[in-house]
Amino acid sequence: MCVCVCVCVCVCVCVCVCVCVCVCVCVHFYLNCNNMKYMRSPPTPEMATQEVPLNETLAHLKTESETLKSKLEEERAKLHDVELHQVAEKVEGLGQFVMKTRRTLKGHGNKVLCMDWCKDKRRIVSSSQDGKVIVWDAFTTNKEHAVTMPCTWVMACAYAPSGCAVACGGLDNKCSVYPLSLDKNENLAAKKKSVAMHTNYLSACSFTNSDMQILTSSGDGTCALWDVESGQLLQSFHGHAADVLCLDLAPSETGNTFVSGGCDKKANVWDMRSGQCIQSFETHESDINSVRYYPSGDAFASGSDDATCRLYDLRADREVAIYSKDSIIFGVSSVDFSLSGRLLFGGYNDYTINVWDVLKGTRVSILFGHENRVSTLRVSPDGTAFCTGSWDHTLRIWA
Amino acid sequence: MAQTNSSGQGTNGVADESPNMIVYRKMEEVIARMQDEKNGIPIRTVKSFLTKIPSVFSGSDIVQWMMKNLDIEDQVEALHLGTLMAAHGYFFPISDHVLTLKDDGTFYRFQTPYFWPSNCWEPENTDYAVYLCKRTMQNKARLELADYEAESLARLQRAFARKWEFIFMQAEAQAKVDKKRDKIERKILDSQERAFWDVHRPVSVYGLQNDIRTHSPTHTPAPEAKQPTEEELQEQITFWQLQLDRHRLKMSKVAESLLGYTEQYLEYDPFLTPPDPSNPWISDDATLWELEASKEPGQQRVKRWAFGIDEVLKDPVGREQFLKFLESEFSSENLRFWLAVQELKKRPIREVPTRVQEIWQEFLAPGAPSAINVDSKSYDKTTQNVKDPGRYAFEDAQEHIYKLMKSDSYSRFIRSSAYQELLQAKKKVTKSNKP
Repeated sequence: MCVCVCVCVCVCVCVCVCVCVCVCVCVHFYLNCNNMKYMRSPPTPEMATQEVPLNETLAHLKTESETLKSKLEEERAKLHDVELHQVAEKVEGLGQFVMKTRRTLKGHGNKVLCMDWCKDKRRIVSSSQDGKVIVWDAFTTNKEHAVTMPCTWVMACAYAPSGCAVACGGLDNKCSVYPLSLDKNENLAAKKKSVAMHTNYLSACSFTNSDMQILTSSGDGTCALWDVESGQLLQSFHGHAADVLCLDLAPSETGNTFVSGGCDKKANVWDMRSGQCIQSFETHESDINSVRYYPSGDAFASGSDDATCRLYDLRADREVAIYSKDSIIFGVSSVDFSLSGRLLFGGYNDYTINVWDVLKGTRVSILFGHENRVSTLRVSPDGTAFCTGSWDHTLRIWA
Repeated sequence: MAQTNSSGQGTNGVADESPNMIVYRKMEEVIARMQDEKNGIPIRTVKSFLTKIPSVFSGSDIVQWMMKNLDIEDQVEALHLGTLMAAHGYFFPISDHVLTLKDDGTFYRFQTPYFWPSNCWEPENTDYAVYLCKRTMQNKARLELADYEAESLARLQRAFARKWEFIFMQAEAQAKVDKKRDKIERKILDSQERAFWDVHRPVSVYGLQNDIRTHSPTHTPAPEAKQPTEEELQEQITFWQLQLDRHRLKMSKVAESLLGYTEQYLEYDPFLTPPDPSNPWISDDATLWELEASKEPGQQRVKRWAFGIDEVLKDPVGREQFLKFLESEFSSENLRFWLAVQELKKRPIREVPTRVQEIWQEFLAPGAPSAINVDSKSYDKTTQNVKDPGRYAFEDAQEHIYKLMKSDSYSRFIRSSAYQELLQAKKKVTKSNKP
């Protein structure tokens, strides 16, 4: 075939000779099934695969560590005498739910990445890809404050317990606190206070039960507790082998613990006082995008790119339920519980929200409405509604 | 065909896939099942006026199959998932540029694996230009350019004016090769190539097909795991040993506890029990919040304090009532100490040393005005801590006092007449001043 084409075109002299060579080459490539014309593979770093010879001590330690880990799995499994959904058979089933969008908040010009509720149960703060952070009265849908961060992808934002400040951060590797003034004309950006400094992007932040401390998680693989006033690092938490994507503080009045989830597929429970990891769970098959405590503080749920949500109980020290379906193949970006812990809401990358019966393990409802991924989901402080933020630039309040 | 993935290798040798790849693999599994000879979607050739339409199936076929094989009860859900799969280009409507799934007789075709998104396609505008140019050379009504395609072609001609001759030559060559193909095969390949471009150069800038392949900057490829050092391994071993020593509860006990908790709070969960008077988000009436903000606690709220000491400590009104009760008994120092330590942990680090001294003087120092009783071990530890004061100086003492309150003061409070009165009190109806 190459030859045929050549002959046809080769009429005039120089120019055509060049052209027919080009054409030959083109045709050859076009015919070739391994046509790389359309393909531009993203640059893949060449991984060195040479084996580093382990010396005896290291090998011995490694074996010991792995043996202990297997033993732990055995011990955990021994106490698994029944499944949660089996025990839950005696519980009355949930009826049909009518959950609808009750408010739609429009105002962000780009993907909404994160949101948080104010303790007053009606105000929220949201952040987006273009650097905008907006404080809304979600009940009236009025925007009350807006500030533009000097960076894009503001992936984390949080409302202070007093309602007088918000914290946010993202690709700037920092967490900054903005006091909210009653004077609408005041330039919020001028009062910005840089609190946390990480060496990679900020993925999540949360005030403790005080305006004076912030807990952060980062793409640099660590979490950290900071004193807001001085910016001093109070405690750092090392243990994740990859980016930490999410965190949640335990709801206890007396406890000092929090849970974090990361790209290493692990969910770790930390002691805020000592910086030690006190429990670790590794059953997800991909990045953990969201973790949230069960309201009693005895368990927590996680949502992952493996399209499942899972429930881990701290007293049983293991995964006790998986929430998944054949028809759900897109990752979970965020999860939260209803006030009683009976319902688990999951925001998914297929634009939907799935509502799960935590005890029975079944899906109770699927909610449509967003026109792009649901990136963030939080239940309001009194449990009367939940808010979702999406890549479709909007936030919705559901009840 | 070259298998590309956008991430490195994990320690266990299995390729760590980027989040998009995971979804592609899952969709491809579904597609494979759909294409199964026995249990898949029936693919047929439809005879239409003067022509044959090869290798198609209807939108309804897809919906039916999904509902049967993917455990989907609702047609809306099947349409939603199907539309997402179409938007990624795994199957496409043969007569439409917009990639959605419709539950009717619209004909669809499967995309050839060559064009699947998992091959990490990043086609360039020159490729698109060649494609559109080729289309103009094929004199068939069905291959006529749509308006948006004609506009794109005009734009590309201006952009690539200098190398247009080269683009034209490529298009010509491709068109010639196409002519050699079998007519039926050509129909199929043409539609598949068009569907490929519908994914990568969609007709509408807004809508489903946009952002499909975007991912957030958080999903960077996992770095190659380094071999752990001796120190790290020792740490791991210590960690596993600690975990092994942990006391674990049986699943049956844990399950009962979870059931019990949700049962107890069922009436407080607005998603399960409509709140009284109404859910503000549904009724647009904020009375519920106004009632909660008032100093008069409702019956339901007071009832909750009996669930456990944490409920009283969590609720500001509960704390107030508890304190009031203890003051009437002249035994409020425990609660005041506990509250003071909680407050201490909320202060900026700068204020901590001063506050620690103040608390020590008030509650623990010899001759303290509000002396509390702490066990000797905690007392000694606290004495040490106060010398180098940190936020957790009183942690042991606080824990001891908390246990004391829980077993003693708290139970007395719940049994007290003050509490019982609050519990029995009729709900006060606030007069609304709205017209």
